[in-house]
Amino acid sequence: MSATPTAEPVPTVTSSTELTASGVPAAAALALGDDALVLSHRLGEWAGHAPVLEEEVALANIALDLLGQARVLLSLVGDEDELAFLREERSFRNLQLVEQPNGDFAHTIARQFYFSVHQHLLYGQLAVTGGPFAGLAAKAVKEVAYHQDHAEHWIARLGDGTAESHERMQRACDALWRFTGEMFEPVDGLEVDLMALEARWLERVTAVLERATLTVPSGARTGAWSAGAGRQGLHTESFGRMLAEMQHLHRSHPGASW
Amino acid sequence: MVTGTAGKTGADTALEAELRRLAGSVPDPELPVLTLEDLGVVRGVRLLGPTSVEVDLTPTYTGCPAIEAMTSDIEQVLREHGMTQVSVFKVLSPAWSTDDISAEGRRKLDEFGIAPPRPHTADGPVPLTLSVRCPHCGSTDTELLSRFSSTACKALRRCVTCREPFDHFKEL
Repeated sequence: MSATPTAEPVPTVTSSTELTASGVPAAAALALGDDALVLSHRLGEWAGHAPVLEEEVALANIALDLLGQARVLLSLVGDEDELAFLREERSFRNLQLVEQPNGDFAHTIARQFYFSVHQHLLYGQLAVTGGPFAGLAAKAVKEVAYHQDHAEHWIARLGDGTAESHERMQRACDALWRFTGEMFEPVDGLEVDLMALEARWLERVTAVLERATLTVPSGARTGAWSAGAGRQGLHTESFGRMLAEMQHLHRSHPGASW
Repeated sequence: MVTGTAGKTGADTALEAELRRLAGSVPDPELPVLTLEDLGVVRGVRLLGPTSVEVDLTPTYTGCPAIEAMTSDIEQVLREHGMTQVSVFKVLSPAWSTDDISAEGRRKLDEFGIAPPRPHTADGPVPLTLSVRCPHCGSTDTELLSRFSSTACKALRRCVTCREPFDHFKEL
């Protein structure tokens, strides 16, 4: 017998149009599950670092909601732990937006704002159109309403706050703008009206930013110079480091539990 | 016992009701003043055989970590009642709502110092406009400190009249 450790099973990612045994479109479940998982981990990084205790608790609560959603979605595709902890960077299908580093608090809020407005609209649609995600979406949309409310209050408070908070909130909204177009790219198996979704997203984002005395960013959201290929497995530089941290315990101690 | 081959006998139905009562009597691991029945999370109990039972349990929040403790508590109490095979299923649909908390549950929450959730009126996403009554002094002059508190299901508020902070079981 060889003394070298046996290779860990590497979960295979099903091809885009494949359905799981229970008839769930795997690509869509993976895309939504990875969005929730990765954003949950990023928010968890605030533990011990948030500006005030209430905010620490809030971010951890939002992270927990997202983790719960991720567990349901990834379990539709395969073993949740294998998918979360043993996949390589290129196999993750999350949006590049959700993997962006926390930055200052304004960056975290801008990321949270753009994503939660999108997620609330998307899950709202999935809940009413039926299909394999309707049950989860109907449940999660109520949780996400609180995430969106939280983000929008901070946008208003920071945007319409001091000169310093206004400037930093604007900077964060501008910096993440180029990642927002990817949210409206088609995903196999996700049957939603993306055009309508994008129009409603833009309408809401515009209203909230303007109320907060902020300027709607003017840069491109789609096209050659915009970002976003996370759904194809292409990720930004910081994502690899995030994964290394997220996965190291499971990879170092396979099968460990507490 | 009568020889009921197709369908359940009267004794079976009575046992099923008893098992449901037992499962419902398990205290919530995070809010022990409430039972799972008060919380409205036990969706169904099905007797499969003389010592085999299935339970449908719904989480309050998708990521609620208490669901695992609830599951093992239900398993334990039903095993103590002679069930050798207990399967607890997590069901998401229809989504749990704070409207599923019983009147008795609301009363217990208030008594425990947690403002109970307000019933949903319209289909608005987050009903934050109506005032929440202070569970300590009864004043309706209270303010929101944070939408998120010690657990996912609660918000943190403060009473302007008596100055006491308190948890509010927020509407979902």
